[in-house]
Amino acid sequence: MADVSMAGVQPRGAKPRRRFSGSNIMLYGVLFVVSVYYLLPLWVMVMTSLKGMPEIRMGNIFAPPVEITFQPWVKAWSEACTGLNCDGLSRGFWNSVLITVPSVIISIIVASVNGYALVNWRFKGSEVFFTILIFGSFIPYQIMLYPIVILLRELGIYGTLYGLILVHTIFGMPILTLLFRNYFSSLPEELFKAARVDGAGFWRIYFQIMVPMSLPIFVVALILQITGIWNDFLFGVVFTKPEIYPMTVQLNNIVNSVQGVKEYNVNMAATLLTGLVPLFVYFVSGKLFVRGIAAGAVKG
Amino acid sequence: MSGKPRGLRLFRNLNAKVAAVPMVLTTLVVFVGGTLWTVLYSFTNSKLLPRWQFVGLDQYKRLWSNDLWNAAIWNLAFYGVMSLIFTIAMGFVLAVLLDQKIRFESTFRTIMLYPFALSFIVTGLVWQWILNPEMGIQEVVRRMGFETFTFDPLHNPDTVLYGLLIAGLWQGTGFTMCLMLAGLRGIDEDIWKAARVDGIPKWKTYLFVVIPMMRPVFITTLVIVAAGIIKLYDLVVAQTAGGPGNASQVPAMYVYRYMFTAQNLGQGFAASTMMLLSVLIVLIPWAYLEFGGKKHG
Repeated sequence: MADVSMAGVQPRGAKPRRRFSGSNIMLYGVLFVVSVYYLLPLWVMVMTSLKGMPEIRMGNIFAPPVEITFQPWVKAWSEACTGLNCDGLSRGFWNSVLITVPSVIISIIVASVNGYALVNWRFKGSEVFFTILIFGSFIPYQIMLYPIVILLRELGIYGTLYGLILVHTIFGMPILTLLFRNYFSSLPEELFKAARVDGAGFWRIYFQIMVPMSLPIFVVALILQITGIWNDFLFGVVFTKPEIYPMTVQLNNIVNSVQGVKEYNVNMAATLLTGLVPLFVYFVSGKLFVRGIAAGAVKG
Repeated sequence: MSGKPRGLRLFRNLNAKVAAVPMVLTTLVVFVGGTLWTVLYSFTNSKLLPRWQFVGLDQYKRLWSNDLWNAAIWNLAFYGVMSLIFTIAMGFVLAVLLDQKIRFESTFRTIMLYPFALSFIVTGLVWQWILNPEMGIQEVVRRMGFETFTFDPLHNPDTVLYGLLIAGLWQGTGFTMCLMLAGLRGIDEDIWKAARVDGIPKWKTYLFVVIPMMRPVFITTLVIVAAGIIKLYDLVVAQTAGGPGNASQVPAMYVYRYMFTAQNLGQGFAASTMMLLSVLIVLIPWAYLEFGGKKHG
């Protein structure tokens, strides 16, 4: 038994050598130093946010707190001021939730249906539009900002959450359509043809065959959109008003405000709070995140 | 929704056409229409509101004689070149390091990539704090006994761009590393075997065999990173707000200022048209190389 199962297995060379050779020490040494560079800001953010202001002025930004306090977090969340509003970053957080959730859902639905139509229901000119769409993703947003302001004003949704949701849906189109188009075109075409022969129509094939077979790519799209929309700053500044500013905009206004005494611990707690959602998504999603960002680089 | 049938051929695949309406509207109205609109109005003297009064190249002349714009362009050029070199070099070196069949590879990768999940605002604010001269790195080193140590890039016009660079690289190199690693993994094992048989040292194989083979990966990375650099905005707003003086102004900030606060739309349109032009300079040669000769996929 043992002989049989061992027969096909070749010992693979590299694993067992635990040599502390010069090159290995170099390798891990460099990786260690690099890791410090990447981890340092996260460390500093957490440590600063847990200290009181006197300790920050006295001490070392890299040192852990002598006396841990959660006061900065409480203050950042519910008391920090932007302009006249002093109800903290919670306002921005909920605005961001109200922006992100519908934007993510709508943009994914629109782009997945679009990608499906591009793969299986090509019509004259569909590829031309797709090419423009992809090239459009490289155009600096700045050049389209003002026409969109006019468009939103004409539609009566300038300065509202709906306007921003529409903008996120529009600018999510290129990358998501590419993602879904590439994925759907990797599915066997026979499935689609068989369903056609059986008389299934456009929507039925989409809901009963395409969607159930593509759940991983929907998750990738979800990750991409949640982090992307949550982290947006430019659209938030341009297309909304102060009461409905997303979290990133409010954060910047709190930290970079010129009035009052700077409370670095509150600032770092606020910064960390804003980064928490994408960090959570990142650490939970693992490899799928990599797949999402790589999708932008792999052309169809 | 608004696909009113005009002929019988339009009815074919009607559902698919309805499904493509958002794409068609996005491309035609926003991407093509919006871009053309801005380019056209950059030739007018629009101030507070867009006004169709043709003034030729006046806005562009004014633009290029504006100190703020010139500062912004040179800042971006310097930042862009440095950022491109370092992002790609660091991304490649890190990918090579991670490709050495090391232990904890995924841990290292997770550490290097997590900043990419964070926004530029968060990135800028954290590094603003770390580089704070009174309490950040400078102060920590000084308290260790090096009384005259100076490391205050953000408050010196000559070094502020390096300060931005430290933050920008922190945020973005993980991404290039991932692209490069994917490229390295895509290289045939046989190449490595052949190189080993021929007794070529590893670094030589990387330099003279692997890098030339990864040309497409490098070019794609270059285009993506370059297109991103031209849009550079949030990071500067958060970290330096363009200062000290105008030492870290960038074109995107100029556009925003003239379009939305200085109420000089024509200038904003001309500036954003220049941004488009610079993207096209990057994009067109790439598209030509990539899709020009052969047609596939």
